Amino acid sequence: MSLPLTPFIVLLPLAGAAILLLTGKRWPGSSAGVLASTLVGGSFVLSVITLFGLLGRSGSDRLAVTHLWTWIHVGTLTVSVDFRVDPLSIVMAMTVTGVAALIHVYSIDYMQGDPRFPRFFAYLNLFVFFMLTLVLADNFLLLYLGWEGVGLCSYLLIGFWFERRAAAFAAKKAFIVTRIGDSAFLIGIVFIWLKFHSLSFATVFGRAHGLASGTATIIALLLFAGACGKSAQLPLHVWLPDAMEGPTPVSALIHAATMVTAGVYLVVRTHPIFEASGTALTVVAVVGIVTAIYAGFSAIGQDDIKRLLAYSTISQIGFMMFGAGVRAYAAAIFLLVTHAFFKALLFLGAGSVMHALPGDETDMTSMGGLRAAMPITGATWTIAALAMAGIPPFAGFFSKDQVVAAASGAGRYGLWAAALFGALLTAVYISRATFLTFYGKPRFRGHPHEPAFRMRLALVLLAMGAFAGGALGITATNGILAKFLRPVVGSVAEATHGLSELWLAVVSVVVAMVGIGLAAFVYLGKVDWQALRVRFAGPKRLLQRGFYVNDAYNGLLVAPGQAAAAFLAYVFDARVVDGAVNGLGTLFRAAAGAGRRVQTGLVRNYALGVLAGAVGVLVYLAVRF
Amino acid sequence: MVGLITSQPALASAGSHFPWLTVLTFLPLAGAIVLAFFPTANHQLHRRWALLVTVVTFVFSVIMAWQFKGGTAGFQLVDRATWVRTLHFEFFLGVDGISLFLVLLTTFLMPAGVLISWRIENQVKYFMLAFLFLETAMIGSFLALDLLLFFFFFEALLFPMYLIIGGWGSDRRIYAAVKFFLYTMAGSAFLLLGILFLYFKAGAQFGVPTFDYTLLQHLSLPVSTARWLFLAFFVAFAVKTPLFPLHTWLPDAHTEAPTAGSLDLAAVVIKVGAYGLIRFNLGLFPEASNFFRTFVMVLAVIGIIYGAVVALIQVDLKRLVAYSSVSHMGFVVLGIFALSLQGMSGGVLAMVNHGLSTGALFLLVGMLYDRTHTRDLIRLNGLGRILPVYGGVLLFVALSSIGLPGLNGFVGEFLIILGTFVVSKAFAVAAVTGVVLSAIYMLWGYQRLMHGPPVIAGGAIDGNGHGGSSESAGPWAHLKDLELREYFVILPIMAAILFIGIYPKPLLSKIEPSAQHVVTCVGDVKAFSRTIVLNPGVFAPGGGYFACITPVVRSP
Amino acid sequence: MRTPISYFLVVSVLLFTVGTVGVLIRKNALLIFMSVELQLNAVNLALVAFSRQLGNLTGQVLAFFSMVVAAAEVVVGLAIIVSLYRKRRSADVDDASLLRG
Repeated sequence: MSLPLTPFIVLLPLAGAAILLLTGKRWPGSSAGVLASTLVGGSFVLSVITLFGLLGRSGSDRLAVTHLWTWIHVGTLTVSVDFRVDPLSIVMAMTVTGVAALIHVYSIDYMQGDPRFPRFFAYLNLFVFFMLTLVLADNFLLLYLGWEGVGLCSYLLIGFWFERRAAAFAAKKAFIVTRIGDSAFLIGIVFIWLKFHSLSFATVFGRAHGLASGTATIIALLLFAGACGKSAQLPLHVWLPDAMEGPTPVSALIHAATMVTAGVYLVVRTHPIFEASGTALTVVAVVGIVTAIYAGFSAIGQDDIKRLLAYSTISQIGFMMFGAGVRAYAAAIFLLVTHAFFKALLFLGAGSVMHALPGDETDMTSMGGLRAAMPITGATWTIAALAMAGIPPFAGFFSKDQVVAAASGAGRYGLWAAALFGALLTAVYISRATFLTFYGKPRFRGHPHEPAFRMRLALVLLAMGAFAGGALGITATNGILAKFLRPVVGSVAEATHGLSELWLAVVSVVVAMVGIGLAAFVYLGKVDWQALRVRFAGPKRLLQRGFYVNDAYNGLLVAPGQAAAAFLAYVFDARVVDGAVNGLGTLFRAAAGAGRRVQTGLVRNYALGVLAGAVGVLVYLAVRF
Repeated sequence: MVGLITSQPALASAGSHFPWLTVLTFLPLAGAIVLAFFPTANHQLHRRWALLVTVVTFVFSVIMAWQFKGGTAGFQLVDRATWVRTLHFEFFLGVDGISLFLVLLTTFLMPAGVLISWRIENQVKYFMLAFLFLETAMIGSFLALDLLLFFFFFEALLFPMYLIIGGWGSDRRIYAAVKFFLYTMAGSAFLLLGILFLYFKAGAQFGVPTFDYTLLQHLSLPVSTARWLFLAFFVAFAVKTPLFPLHTWLPDAHTEAPTAGSLDLAAVVIKVGAYGLIRFNLGLFPEASNFFRTFVMVLAVIGIIYGAVVALIQVDLKRLVAYSSVSHMGFVVLGIFALSLQGMSGGVLAMVNHGLSTGALFLLVGMLYDRTHTRDLIRLNGLGRILPVYGGVLLFVALSSIGLPGLNGFVGEFLIILGTFVVSKAFAVAAVTGVVLSAIYMLWGYQRLMHGPPVIAGGAIDGNGHGGSSESAGPWAHLKDLELREYFVILPIMAAILFIGIYPKPLLSKIEPSAQHVVTCVGDVKAFSRTIVLNPGVFAPGGGYFACITPVVRSP
Repeated sequence: MRTPISYFLVVSVLLFTVGTVGVLIRKNALLIFMSVELQLNAVNLALVAFSRQLGNLTGQVLAFFSMVVAAAEVVVGLAIIVSLYRKRRSADVDDASLLRG
């Protein structure tokens, strides 16, 4: 039996996008935004109804596939437009539509007065459509459609203010870097078809355990490469910090809450393939934790509030990947959901601050003490920051703790220690950002004020999520979310190693407190942090530039690539390939040129030729006979 | 030695149904002949007449497609008549799943070609004459099943194309036209030799020589002979397709041709090359096709990557699109020579897709050129705010070209990659790099053109002398967005792009049997030659022993 | 007593050589033309001489043919030279090199 509303969850935002793209100019004032928000809100309501439909069934029966039409059918290849509702996808769909609806509402005020106001909402709606397609898809190719579609919307929205060269450049960079991962993903999909002769999830996952482990590793790593691109994991993370050129609600929706976490969703969704390999899971865990630590360090070095949040996102997704890599799938999804709340909240808070300060200020060294002028923004930000740092009872505590603890429970203490270190960095950078922005001495210009009503509303609602979201998973094994996801991701392995859950939590909290204390010591205490910046300019710069990875790519890949292209186009193609063609033409011309010299036009030369010919014939005859 | 030309083409063998294909092929030519008697001065009349003729042809082709029965691989709606009896030269047309959509693509795009040429003011009559004549040649190339007839149409493409490029092109049009003409003509010389060889070989084997494609499939050739013939045909079609390294006429010809000429070239004329590879190279020389398969696939992959890399740094919009064609046609050929069902179907679909999206790209570049009289990406930028609708349409088409799922390009590309992967992982992986590169060059071009501040540094190149005032808005501030006529040009193509992207089934279901037929044929021969025939000199099986013969489906 | 054929042949060769050298070194079209006639006559002499030696009339007949053709040639050739001279005011063949490639 299917759940009849499923297609409409997806179609509502699509309808919004279509209407606004075609008739955008006719929607006066902020009506376009209201329409778009309503439709996404409607999508959320439908998701909730569908959720209840699912809850009305027993645990193993919670799966409904809605077949719409056959998309591609050639020979034994059949790909349909099928939507799948199961616990995992409905959790994702609710997160996406819920956060997206709030961000839509926020954007109505945030984007007020923009000349392309309707188009902005058209793009946002289109994004939600593709994102829902991604999470509700029942086969790899439809997932890929959503996957590429969100990439497109990311491109459109990062470059929304395309008059700014930096925005246009960042948009292109985001699309291209993620497409590198996507191409690997595509190969992975093709490989899956070769092995299973099907792309539908049920068939593939049902038979995944039969894969040879080498093949499984290759397929899993190809999928993971796609996930790395989309989720900005090492080494494909370079696009995300630049993507902050987009409007802030876009950063909140796409580059924090939803699209970038699609990689985590992919890994969790396809975990049977990763499990068939084993090696691939380790790769996921290691890449995740290395990224988390790398981005944590980089975040500490940022002064731009949005870039800091971008690195923070990279780092948090690293944690999610890490969780998936140690088979704590439910915990990874749990972190994904709570992260969606608190990171979206942080971005929207940053947006409020930017709006309040002259010239959309993003430099945190020119802020400080904003809490007084913007109490709601300050309070909600602080809640989100505490959630991210992992202080109970905020949502982030439970989710991150479960991810970290899973490593210990599996007996991988090295990874566990690394994850704790990552958590320490998290606490340090987010506290630093909080103190620099909202606490300490005011360093800002202008007269900041609280944002408009709809922006405040979104902040408060998200803050509630960031505060109370932990209720979804008080414990790793028996949390609401973990139980609900069990039919899809299996039960969480009981901790067989290490400390008990309670002690692990205590260690986590202590680490977070140490991080916050460290930041407080430097930025709130008597230390002159501005002098430290000058004294340690080199290391600071190293962190700020993200260990120069991007510069290395530019120097080692982009520049030689351009040189190679120039060589191929202007030297090889023009001179060698086309040169061969034109050379052939020139050869004939030259031959003719040489040949025509014989034609002197002088009769006596011809006569001489005749004589020479006659003599030649005579000599030939004389020799022959 | 004057042959007997039958005064009345007698419909033979395939039953006496309405001659759909004959009428379809010659409808544009008939229109052209009528056009020739119109007064030369009345340009508007010529345009309207040409539009009418192309639209009627399209409608007629749709009705023809309606008669086409899916689920079978044979030639349908066959029209046959003896033409020159002493030479055994026949007028023989037929359509199957491979040619059907290429014909539809042709007739679908031609009205757009006429509409986009509305602004041409010099010698309108002769332009439209050449254009209509070209349409007949293009349709005929896809439908002809008599090799000599095919050759006629194949060569007949050149003359109107030559005139259109040379007569209505831009600065270096003569160079480009001559290069195009000589280059493709040189390739065709081999084709003619090959056709004549088959003709006399058939005479020796069957007692009567013939150009009949379906009969020539019965021919048994020594292995080495078949391979040489394969190469002769291959050179002609590889030039036309174009396949690396025989591609260099294409950027010049595309760039210098008027918009409608680029459209015809990119969307249809080069498809004749790829079509010929399937129909003649695979259909007539299955054993040799297996033999040269890796070689051709290597060329195709090189073409994919090479075309994309060279496109990366073009600053002339048309050259950029032209090199992207080289890359995309590499995909098509790769799919075809993967010799798997998905690859072949994808290859055929990708031909249609490439016709739509690259054709649309050329149309859009032409619209821009009409406004700015330049295609130089150094001079054109920051147009996004001035031309929002145009920008949106261009992005849509560009995304189709780079294979965004949900639009047409992806379906073909995916099938090709899948069909290739099944056969060779390395080729598929190499081809996928083309997917990444295509995003880079397209978005690079799009960014140059549309993004950035509308103010450009060189306000001075305005040319009108008022540098100061116009500099604030850039030289292009006065440009107008799309007009009604241009909507008529582009909207149908966009609709087709979206339709094929989300529901390609009507196309694929008709392509599949024919694709399957070709693949099975080549595959059977391969299996056979593995076991018995590998010594040169031993006769390779003509298709006749296998599933190669393409049947002629009798009409009800 | 018959005159030995070698006498005729020597004369013929001398004549032919004079003609050939004339063709090669003369600039005036008329003189070249006359030299060509000399060559022809040298060949005619040889033909007749051989004919007599072998007692076969074919050579003499051929000589007649050659004379007739030469006459026709003179008519055409002279006409060309005259019209050339009218156009250029010179019969120098080196001036007439329009066909030079």
